Formats: sequence, structure tokens, C-alpha cells
Amino acid sequence: MNPSLHYNWFSNIRGDILSGLVVALALIPEAIAFSIIAGVDPKVGLYASFCIAVVTAFAGGRPGMISAATGAMALLMVTLVKEHGLEYLLAATLLTGVFQILAGYLRLGSLMRFVSRSVVTGFVNALAILIFMAQLPELIDVTWHVYAMTAAGLVIIYTFPLLTNKIPSPLVCILLLTAVSMVMGLDIRTVGDMGELPDALPIFLWPDVPLNLETLWIILPYSLPLAVVGLLESLMTATIVDELTDTPSDKNRECKGQGAANIVSGLFGGMAGCAMIGQSVINVKSGGRTRLSTLIAGVVLLILVVFLDEWVSQIPMAALVAVMIMVSIGTFSWESILNLKKYPMSTNIVMLVTVAVVVATHNLAYGVFAGVLLASLFFANKIGQFLFIGKKQSAPNEVAYTVVGQVFFSSSDKFISAFDFKADLDRVVIDLSRAHFWDITAVSALDKVVLKFRREGIEVEVIGMNEASATIVDRFSVHDKPEAIDELMGH
Amino acid sequence: MSKVLACIDGTGALPEAVCDTAAWASKRLLAPLCLLHVLDRREFPIEQDAPLSGTIGLGAREALLEELAELDAKRAKLAREQGRLMLAAALERAREDEAFEPSTTQRHDDFVNCLQEMQPETRLLILGKGSHGDSLGVHIEPTIRALHRPILLTDKALVEPARFLLAFDGSATSRKALQMVAESPLLKGVSCTLIMVGPSTYDTRKELEGAEQRLVSAGFEVDAQLLAGEADEIILQQLEITSADLLVMGAYGHSRIRHLLVGSTTSTLVRRCSAPLLLLR
Repeated sequence: MNPSLHYNWFSNIRGDILSGLVVALALIPEAIAFSIIAGVDPKVGLYASFCIAVVTAFAGGRPGMISAATGAMALLMVTLVKEHGLEYLLAATLLTGVFQILAGYLRLGSLMRFVSRSVVTGFVNALAILIFMAQLPELIDVTWHVYAMTAAGLVIIYTFPLLTNKIPSPLVCILLLTAVSMVMGLDIRTVGDMGELPDALPIFLWPDVPLNLETLWIILPYSLPLAVVGLLESLMTATIVDELTDTPSDKNRECKGQGAANIVSGLFGGMAGCAMIGQSVINVKSGGRTRLSTLIAGVVLLILVVFLDEWVSQIPMAALVAVMIMVSIGTFSWESILNLKKYPMSTNIVMLVTVAVVVATHNLAYGVFAGVLLASLFFANKIGQFLFIGKKQSAPNEVAYTVVGQVFFSSSDKFISAFDFKADLDRVVIDLSRAHFWDITAVSALDKVVLKFRREGIEVEVIGMNEASATIVDRFSVHDKPEAIDELMGH
Repeated sequence: MSKVLACIDGTGALPEAVCDTAAWASKRLLAPLCLLHVLDRREFPIEQDAPLSGTIGLGAREALLEELAELDAKRAKLAREQGRLMLAAALERAREDEAFEPSTTQRHDDFVNCLQEMQPETRLLILGKGSHGDSLGVHIEPTIRALHRPILLTDKALVEPARFLLAFDGSATSRKALQMVAESPLLKGVSCTLIMVGPSTYDTRKELEGAEQRLVSAGFEVDAQLLAGEADEIILQQLEITSADLLVMGAYGHSRIRHLLVGSTTSTLVRRCSAPLLLLR
């Protein structure tokens, strides 16, 4: 057997099967809850979860990661479903998959290096908050029974593991609460009240939409953000799983895998989805490591809902809300709150802005965009401070300026203001041989300085311009030549 | 391109056989022997009784990362210690066998990847057969495909071979193999049976004669045979008849696609051949 086949599928059979079972249970509440948020039947989310989990098991780039129908994606499709209906959602899902596959071929996965740690933390926290907020409609305007059930559910989830950790406590919570509500005949909302559940295996169906430009213009504004958010969450989750298991993953293959999964999901009547941080952590914690765990999770999910649909429809929503609150608590990075005190203010602002923008817009892509932008600005500001300009009287009526450090758009004002144009001099020498000019702004700042001196009738000599501007080109040919970097940076 | 590299783990449970063979080869080639042990994390057992509670609470990710890192650290230390002991035993044995300048190396890496990285300084790679419950070993085929260095595959000690069998089919790969055998000191003085499988035509006879001449002029005692039939069957038969100690052949002259469709003589032979096998690429 090929060793990569062996490692990726059969190196941990027992652990993967068990964790796959545990994860399947954690997938059901999210698929149902967010189908309802998106305005479609739970069936759509459950079929999607099955298709996405199974396809990413084979085509994904990160073994052991769990992908399915997610909240982050569901929140983006609400208005599309409301205004145009399910068929357009399926078409948008197909287009999302196409974009993601394209992104994989264009190697956009490597763009993730621009997403800083604080943006990732902000993303994760925002996601946890979104998942939590999505549970609130189930807790507003309800009888006290629902609150009692949810609280009891949470108590079971967190205390049952103290008794034994061989049985998934979310399962115990769901079973017990369902039994209680059935026995006592409580009049509370159940899964069956929320819409149609799957009663058969998914079948292949081409979305019933006219194939014209008009359709494209309807679905495009939804497909693009869906593709972006799906890839962002998937790649971030992949990084988290990489870190937990200390094994590498293929990010561009993951993009293509997510795309393929969404296309299959759209063709089998499912909505778009992506990787899930909470469920992936549960998978790793329960001993899942290889592709087999993802496959088992998807298959078991389908078996559970298709063959037990009578029973699944009896599950009170309160039980699912309890499970989702657990997922949201586990997803949130509580450490980041403690770190607020430790970390520099700029890092905290990036994290908090990411969270705030996501919570305000319900769109993770906007949050990440704001976070990345802010982080870049802070970085430019910081690097701009690495500029020192020394001034020395080198001869009577002559001053020598020595510029050391980085000159670019953020530091060019500082560069200009360091020169004294008012002094009574004949000649000025500007030594740039230890400076770096990174862009055109820097060059024009120098031009301005030279011009100003000349207007005062002072002669200017610039030394080391060639070395200083060597860094201005877009591409340095220094990829595998360490001495070239030395030369560039160390002059 | 200087060392004889011998893997004492990762491809089989026969460190002694690999060690003895490697010592012999390093003496013949006058190349330093490097005994390699690769610590492949994927080989470490995964925690068997992970909690199945399926819950994640406050700080779940941080706690889990801490826990997994701790476990990995423990396993890595154990595996490293075990590897060091194996390497020490192998080094001892190589010294007893009077290997040429034996040394040891331990690396944390993926097995094939590690061998690829060490390829530039590898002259001959020695692998043991069988690992992961596979009679051949899961690493062997990818290793053979990934490397472009001679590979000696063995499950028994090859110390003083009396006769080797050289499979020749006139292809570029096998001509290259012939060239390498003729020029290398490894098999000097060992009798050779040169076989070509194919119809007896003027061309094939001519080709075989040329090959024989090449070996004779390099100082080999050669018994050349042209046989008709199924290449792998004939080669295995001849190995038994001539009781040769070693089979030498060019490896994977064809593409992966052809391999998928019709199978490869190399793969079949690697699996079925009971004698040590020297693959030349």
C-alpha cells in the first residue's frame, strides 16, 4: 500500500471511527440550526453537511479537519433565500464551488500569510459570537420550560464527562431532553416544527433556475462572499488543526477540495458550507487524525438523520441550543481576553475591530478585510519609525546628513522634516548609503528636499542613491541567494 | 555522492542483515558507511483512549494543544532513545564487520523526504524489506521512485556473493545499469549471469553479445543467456537455477501511467524475488 494512503486513511482506524461518530452528533445541531437561520428546511443543511464532509474527506488538503454546513456561510445567504428562494441558493452554491476551485488553481491559499495572528483570533471570537447570537431567537419569547431545558442541557454536557468520557455527553443531553419532553408532553418547539427533515438519500438535481445572465447577476453578489468566507474559515481551521497535530497540510488543495464539496452539495440539494473550527477541535480531541474520521462523520450523520428521522424530529430545539452554546464557548478564544492586558494596543485594536465588524455586518469577510487593513497600517507605521537622520557640521558652511533606515510612504514626512532648510550654508551632503528607499513616495520626498535646498541657494550632493533605491523594484531576485539579501539590507 | 547509506529502521525489522550488507558494500566501494534512523512522527502510535465526551469548554483549543504537545514530546523522547540504542547496536555490529568509516545519523522527518534530502551524498542506499505488516514495506516503492541512486534491497545478509544475475532488456535504463555494474568496484570478481528475455533474433543476439563484451572487458566472468518468455517468470526461474546471490536490474524504465495499466516488471520482481535485489536507476 502507498504510505501516504496508509497514513491518510488507515493509520488510526479505531480512533478515527470513534471520533467520527462523536463529530457526527456535533454536526447535526449546527446543520439544523443554521438551515433555519438561512430560511431553508433542515434537510438542506443536513444534505449539505453529508456531501461536504464526504467530498472533503477525499479531496480536501487537511486530513482530520471537519467541513459541513456552517453558520458563517448560512448568515450570508439569508437575503438570497428570502428574495429568490431555494433554487437560487443551490445555483449560488455551485458558483461558490467554482470560485473556490479557481482560487485553488490560482494558489490564493498562500495569501493567508497576510492574515496576522490577531486577525485570526478576532475571526475565531467573532465566529463564536455569531454562533451564540444565532441561538437567541430560540430563547426569546418562550416559556420557562425552554430555559430550564437549555440550562439542564448545558449542565449535562459539562458534568457528564466527569462521570465517564466514553459516551459523548452531547448525545446524552439530546437523548435525555428528548425523553423528558416526550414523557412530560411539553409544548415546546422541536426539530420537526422547523421544517422538512430528510427521509431519503440525497438525489442528483440540477438547480431549477434559468441559465442566463440575469441569474448570474442575482447569485454573483452572494457567491463571491460565500467563496471568500468559506476559504477564510477553512484555511484558518486548517492552520489550527496543523498546529494541534503538528502536521502539514496542503492549503491550495484544501481550496479546491472545498470548491468540489460545494459543487457536489449544490447538485444534491445542499447549501454551501466550509470547515468548522469547533467540530474540528472536537474531532482532534476525540482522537481523529486522518481522512477516515471526516468520512465517517459525514456518513454517520446521513444514516442518523435518514433512518431516525421520526426520532430526530422529536428532539426539542432547547437540546440543540445547548449543544451549540457549548460549541460557541469552545470556539471562543478565552485566552485572548487575558492577553488583552499583555499585548500591545495595536494588536488588541486589530482583534477587536475584526470582531466588531463581523458582529455588525454578519459577514466574516468584512471583518477579516478590516483587520488585515488595520494590521498593515499599524505595521507600516511601526516600520516608518525606523528612520534616523544624523546631522553633522563637516566643514565651515557645509552640513552632512546621514540617513539610516526605512524611507517609504509612511515615513517620508518625517524624512523631509528632518532637514533644516533655513540654515545659512553653501553646501549640503546627504549620505543615503545606509538608507532604504522602498517606493516612489520616498524618491519624490528626496526630490523635494533637494529642490528646497537649491531654492535656498544651497548646493546639494547626494551619496549612495543607487544602494538606497535598490529596494524599490517590485521583485528582488534574491529567492535562493542569501548573500544577495545581505547585500541589499546590510549596506 | 560518497556514502553508503543504510536505513536501520522504517523499512523493516532486520537491522543485522542490513548492517552486514552495508558493511560489505562500504568495504567494496571504499565509501564511508552512514547508518540512518528516521524518526517519522506519523509512525508514533496515536493516543488510543482519547476522551469521547465530545465537549469543548473554556480554552479548549489551548488546553488541547498543550496536551497534545506534551504527549508528542513523550513519544518523541521514547522513540529517539530507542533509535539511539538501535543505532549504537548497529554501529557496534558495523565495526565488527570492519565497515569503512561507519557513522550514525538520526533525523526527524518523513522517511522518503529524508532520503531525498540526503540523496546528493548518497552513493548506495541499503533498505530492509518488510514493514507495517506488508511483506515488502509501505515505503519501498515510493522510495525507489523518488530516488535516483542505486538501491540495494535485502532481507538477508549479503556478504560474499558468488554469483549475481543481471537482467538486461536493451532499454536505456538497462544499458545504464550495465554500465554502472561494469564501472563499479562493488561486484568486481563476482561471477555474472547475464540474461536477456526476448525472441532470438539477430538484433537481440547482437545486443546481448555487446552487453557481454562490455562486462568481459571490465573483467567479469560472464555466462550470457537469451531466453524467451514472460520476463519476471524467467528471471525468477533463473535466479533459482543459477542459485545467484543477488539480482541486479534497472528500475522503473516506464511511466507511472503504464505502471497503472499494465503493471511494472520491477514491482513484480521486488515483491516476489527472495534474493537481495540491486536496483539501478
